[in-house]
Amino acid sequence: MSEAEVEILLLSAKVALAAMAFSIVPAFVVAWLLARGRFSGKSLLQAVVTLPLVLPPVVTGYGLLVLFGSRGPLGRLLEEMFGVSFAFRWSGAALAAGVMAFPLLVRPIRLSLESVDRGLEEAASTLGAWSPVVFLTVTLPLALPGLLAGLVLGFAKALGEFGATITFVSNIPGQTQTLSLAIYALMQSPEGDAAALRLIGLSIILAIGAVILSEWIAKRLQKRGGNGRA
Amino acid sequence: MEELEVDITGKAGTFRISVRFTAEPGVTALFGRSGAGKSTVLKMIAGTARPKEGRITAGGRVFYDGAAGIDLPPRARGIGFVFQEGRLFPHLSVRRNLTYARWAGRRAGRRSLDEVVALLGLEAHLERHPGTLSGGERQRVAIGRALLADPQILLMDEPLSSLDRERRAEILPYLEAVANETHIPVLYVSHDTDEVARLADRVVAIEEGRVRAIGTAAEILGHSSETGQEVVSILEGKVIDVDADYGTATVRVGDEKIELSAGNLMQGSKVRLRVRAADIAIATVQHEGLSIRNQLWCEVKSVERRGNSADVMLAFSSENLFARITAKSADLLRLRAGTQVVALIKAVSVERARILPVIA
Repeated sequence: MSEAEVEILLLSAKVALAAMAFSIVPAFVVAWLLARGRFSGKSLLQAVVTLPLVLPPVVTGYGLLVLFGSRGPLGRLLEEMFGVSFAFRWSGAALAAGVMAFPLLVRPIRLSLESVDRGLEEAASTLGAWSPVVFLTVTLPLALPGLLAGLVLGFAKALGEFGATITFVSNIPGQTQTLSLAIYALMQSPEGDAAALRLIGLSIILAIGAVILSEWIAKRLQKRGGNGRA
Repeated sequence: MEELEVDITGKAGTFRISVRFTAEPGVTALFGRSGAGKSTVLKMIAGTARPKEGRITAGGRVFYDGAAGIDLPPRARGIGFVFQEGRLFPHLSVRRNLTYARWAGRRAGRRSLDEVVALLGLEAHLERHPGTLSGGERQRVAIGRALLADPQILLMDEPLSSLDRERRAEILPYLEAVANETHIPVLYVSHDTDEVARLADRVVAIEEGRVRAIGTAAEILGHSSETGQEVVSILEGKVIDVDADYGTATVRVGDEKIELSAGNLMQGSKVRLRVRAADIAIATVQHEGLSIRNQLWCEVKSVERRGNSADVMLAFSSENLFARITAKSADLLRLRAGTQVVALIKAVSVERARILPVIA
C-alpha cells in the first residue's frame, strides 16, 4: 500500500469512528424514546430520524451546509462556543457520516429494546434494584446485540458515505477525502483506473472483514446469553 | 410479628377487584379459578400494579395508602416475588441470578447462598445459564432468587402452573421445605387443590375479584366443588403410631384413628391428610374380612345429587368427609341427612398432604 492509500484509509477510519462515537448516545436515546416513550410527537420523531435514509444524500448534505456551514446558524454557534468548525474539515465529514448513519443505528437498537422482556425489569425491581441499576444490569445487556449490530451497520455506512459528504465538505485530499471520495476522484482522472481498482479491492476486503467481525460478535453474545429468553 | 394487611379495590381487566384479608407468618393461599383476579391482587401487593384505593401494610410499614397518597415502589417493599414463568435473567449465570438482590438490589440477608442452594438442591447448576435449565430447575432458581432477596413477605404467583405433573411433583417437596422453615407471611396464588392442600396454612378463596371465604384448607377445599375442582376431604391430626415394617402410620383425627400408607412419618408430628371423594365408599354396617383398613362411623350431613352421582357430606367428631358415590347407590342405601353410616377408606387412598409445623 502506498503512503497515500494508508492516509486515505486512516482518514476514513477516523471519520467513521468519530461519527459512531458521537452518534451512539443520541441514537440510543432516540431508540429508547421510540421503543418505550409515550408522547404525542412520536411518529414525527420517527419520521425525522428516518429522513436521511429516504432523502437524496445531496439534499441532506445541502441541509448540513445551510445549518452547519461557516455561515449557518448552528455552525456559527458551535464555532463561537467550542471553536469547532466543520467547513471543509474532517470533522465535517464525520458529521455528515454520522447523520447519514443515524437511522441505521437507531433501528436495530429500537428493535432490540422492544424485544427486551419488561417482565425481567419488573423482576429486577422486586429484587430491590432501582431503575438505573435495572437498566445497567438487565436492559442494556439484553439490548447489547442490537446495539452492536447498529454500530457495525452504522460504521459501514459511515465508511462508504459519499453524497452528503461531498456536498457538505467537498473532496479535499487529507481533510475530507475518504475511501469512496478517493475512488471517485481517481476514476475522474484518465490514469487513475489502476489506483482506483486497488482502493476498490481494499474496500471489498474491509466490508467482508466487518461482516465477519459482526457475525463473530453476535455468536459470542448468543453463547454468553445462554441462547434462551427464559 | 410481621403481618400483612390488605384492604384494596382496583381493576383487573374488565372486572372490579375488592379484597380484604390478612396474612400471618406461614403460607396463605389465594385460591380460586384462573381469571378470578388472584394474580392482580398479588401484583398490587408487590407494587407492580396499582390499586384504585385502599391500604396495604406489612408489620406497620405502609406499602400503599390511597388516601394518604403513599405508593412504595416494588424495590422498597422488601418482598420476594416468584413469577409464574420464572423470569430468570437469561444473560446471567444461575449464581448471578440467585444473588441478584445482593449485588444489584443491595439487600443483605440472613440466609446464605449456600443454605438456599442446599435447600433447593441447586449445587450442580450454579455456573449454568437459565436457557440450559429444565423448567423445574428454572423454577427452583426463581424461588431461591426470591428467598435470597431477604424478603419480609414472599409472594408466589402460581409457581408450578407452567410445569407438567412430574415436574410439579419434583418441586413440591422443595416448596414444602420453604413453607415449613420460613417465619414470614407467604402468599401463594394457585387454582390447584393439590398444591393448596399440601402447602397452605390458611386459604383465602377468591371469586370474581372478591373474597368468597377465608378459612383453613379443610374448610375451603371441602367446598371446592363449586369451583369445578375435584372434591377432597382435608383432615388434620397427630401421628400416634408408626409401623415401620409395613410402612404405615396411624393418625388420630378427632376421636377416630385413620391408617395410611406412609413410612416416613414421625410419631408425634402433626400432619394434614387428603382423601379424594371418589376414594371413599359408604356402608350401612361395619364389615369384617375387608382389606380396607379404615372404617369410620359417620353421620350423613347432606346428600347432593349431581347428575348420575351424589356428593355425600359426612361428619365424625367435628370433622367433615366428602364421598362421591353413584346416585343409584345413594338411593339403594336410602342415604339422607341424619343416617348413621360407615365410611370405608383404603389406607393407600389417604395421602399425606402436609407435615405441619408443631406450634409450641
